[in-house]
Amino acid sequence: MSQTSSAIPAPIPSATREFGLTRRQRSRFKAKLPVIVLFLPPSLVLFTLLVIMPMGEAAWYSFYNWNGYSLPTQWVGWRNYEVLFSNGAFRQGLINNGLIILVSVVVQVPLALWLANMVTRHIKGALLFRLIFFLPYVLADVAAGLIWRFVYDGDFGLIAGLFNAFGADAPFLLASRETAMPAILAVITWKYFGFHMMLFIAGLQAIDKSVLEAADIDGATGAQKFMRVTLPLLAPTVKLSLFFALVGSLQFFDMIMPLTGGGPSNSTQTMVTFLYTFGVMRMQVGFGSAVGVVLFIICVTIAFTYKRAVMRND
Amino acid sequence: MRLFGNRPSRRAASFALGVAAALASVSGASAQTVIKWLHLEANPVNLAVWEEIVAEYEAEHPEIDVQMQFLENEAFKARLPTLLQGNDPPSMFYTWGGGVLLEQSRTGAIRPITEAINANDGEWAKTVSPASIQAMTFNDEVWAAPFQHGVIAFYYNKAMFEEAGVDGEAIDTWDDFLAAVSALKEAGITPIAGGGGEKWPIHFYWSYLAMREAGYDGFQAAKAGEGDGFAGEAFVRASQHMADLGALEPFQEGFLNANWGEAQAAFADGRAAILLGFEGNGSVASQARNGSDGVGQPQENIGRFPFPVIDGAPGLVTDVIGGINGWVVTTAAPPETEEFLKFLTSPDNQRREAAVRATIPTAPAAQDGVSDPIVVMAAEQLAGATWHQNFLDQDLGPNVGRIVNDMSVDLAAGFISPEDAVQQIQDAYSMENM
Repeated sequence: MSQTSSAIPAPIPSATREFGLTRRQRSRFKAKLPVIVLFLPPSLVLFTLLVIMPMGEAAWYSFYNWNGYSLPTQWVGWRNYEVLFSNGAFRQGLINNGLIILVSVVVQVPLALWLANMVTRHIKGALLFRLIFFLPYVLADVAAGLIWRFVYDGDFGLIAGLFNAFGADAPFLLASRETAMPAILAVITWKYFGFHMMLFIAGLQAIDKSVLEAADIDGATGAQKFMRVTLPLLAPTVKLSLFFALVGSLQFFDMIMPLTGGGPSNSTQTMVTFLYTFGVMRMQVGFGSAVGVVLFIICVTIAFTYKRAVMRND
Repeated sequence: MRLFGNRPSRRAASFALGVAAALASVSGASAQTVIKWLHLEANPVNLAVWEEIVAEYEAEHPEIDVQMQFLENEAFKARLPTLLQGNDPPSMFYTWGGGVLLEQSRTGAIRPITEAINANDGEWAKTVSPASIQAMTFNDEVWAAPFQHGVIAFYYNKAMFEEAGVDGEAIDTWDDFLAAVSALKEAGITPIAGGGGEKWPIHFYWSYLAMREAGYDGFQAAKAGEGDGFAGEAFVRASQHMADLGALEPFQEGFLNANWGEAQAAFADGRAAILLGFEGNGSVASQARNGSDGVGQPQENIGRFPFPVIDGAPGLVTDVIGGINGWVVTTAAPPETEEFLKFLTSPDNQRREAAVRATIPTAPAAQDGVSDPIVVMAAEQLAGATWHQNFLDQDLGPNVGRIVNDMSVDLAAGFISPEDAVQQIQDAYSMENM
């Protein structure tokens, strides 16, 4: 079929079509091919090697009783998972992870929001306060854990000094099953609220001043401005902040090890500390892999559910 | 004229590479054999002895370069599997023997020193006590070169005992001990310094109680899986004794979070009267290192007594728990490693080590190197031991061992019943040996 000279090009006969593309699309694709070939494999390879493969291997190891040396040989099927779910320390870990999430959502984020609101105003020393509030986040987790371990020491720590100043005996917060986890939750709040505050500061600064001025003109009070104008406009940032808090809480490990190592009688275990103390330290790598797989499933489920339910339009 | 024509970059680069490679291979030919020595010693005084020994060896053998690497105790235990299978494994590392060493011997990552230790008609083997070689022997192969062993016993603060009216020399039975603890409590003194945070210091109590209640035969039977194993009557009774002790609340405040350093400090500072500790704990050096004031308890104020017996139970007062430590050689180590090891664990060097480290050498000829009088007491107790049991958290393997640790602390804190505790230990043990 010959091409006419009309403005609309005649369709290419199907025998000469490749991938259902027009000739123009094909040539564009061919021009971009080097870019695709050059840039896609590195990240694909890295992602496969460092993320997909270890996950697959962990799933495979979880069906073995393996001490970590050479290759696994002793197949045990679902036994690791059975032992895992009947283990009291793991259940305590799940509970503790839930507690951390709860504290992050109920205490940390509102606190960060409140402080962000205050330090974005043009008051004296606002910049200094931003720095001070962000400083705990900059500290390495393990260093923070060691510092707070000393603070909580009932003989020599800051707590001891405080109580002794009032003539009372200091409690050993980290040595008691009831107070260890709350003590750790306090440290977590101290450590991470600065990060969320920074996110909110950025979000608040992105709010158009004219909207707030309009609310002022309409006679809105401070609280009304916050609830009706600021917060809705800040909603994407809050959702993002909560997402970070959620994912971070599920993987919490670094600060717990120096503070309590899993706590008096496993009362401060989280899923990852459980994985480490019961899997790696006991040369039960197959069992640890099972914990890893369960942790992965939980994380992925929560992350995807959150994304779909809360961050649908972001 | 340009040497490499008009394309200088490529040819010049390849020429330079070639020269570099040639140079590297030349220097490689005269490179030293490197022996990587992985240890846990944090104390610079103790380290100095080893560094001297290394310097002497390197002076005599210029082709050998011994590199010392340090890892802290728990970090070492956790990292070892990765290290041994990585690209840069150590040539030799520290071991507590027991089930952990046995597991390592099955992995192919370490090699036995049987040939080296028996070479020249047993020249090396004869310098070391047979019992300690036996402790490192599995399936007729010797897997580590022993260099020190120890014994766990009670140390007490004489002044505090006097204050409470307790006679440290008269504690022979477990009931005597409980009575002493009660008397101390009544006098307002913290009876025991415990390291419940790290757990293994508390498992000494349970281990001794188990050994006393079961006796040597009962214990071996449990390990062989006979009867109820570790859930048997004797172990339930031992756990009950542990719970009884815990019920008296004898430990210092916050002991559930205290690590071994803090427990030792509590004793050295005079904040607690009793410490169930290692052979070196009563030495001047140890007290100085652990005391907040840099001095600790003076020698005249420290008393020592062995773990008491239990009335009616088969365990003897001469049955002891203690470590046997040695150096393991990895499969990737250069062949010169065994020679260096032989030098390191020779009686002369063990004598030098013992004098500084307040440890008990495994070479009988080096016993005179033990200078500290309290350590001498420990050495004498060890020499007269009828049964030298390795630490249970090493002997029973890494998994069951840690469960014993967990259960010991839970029993002492009253978090678990004796029956449940022994059942957990037995469950884990039988699963391991399925």
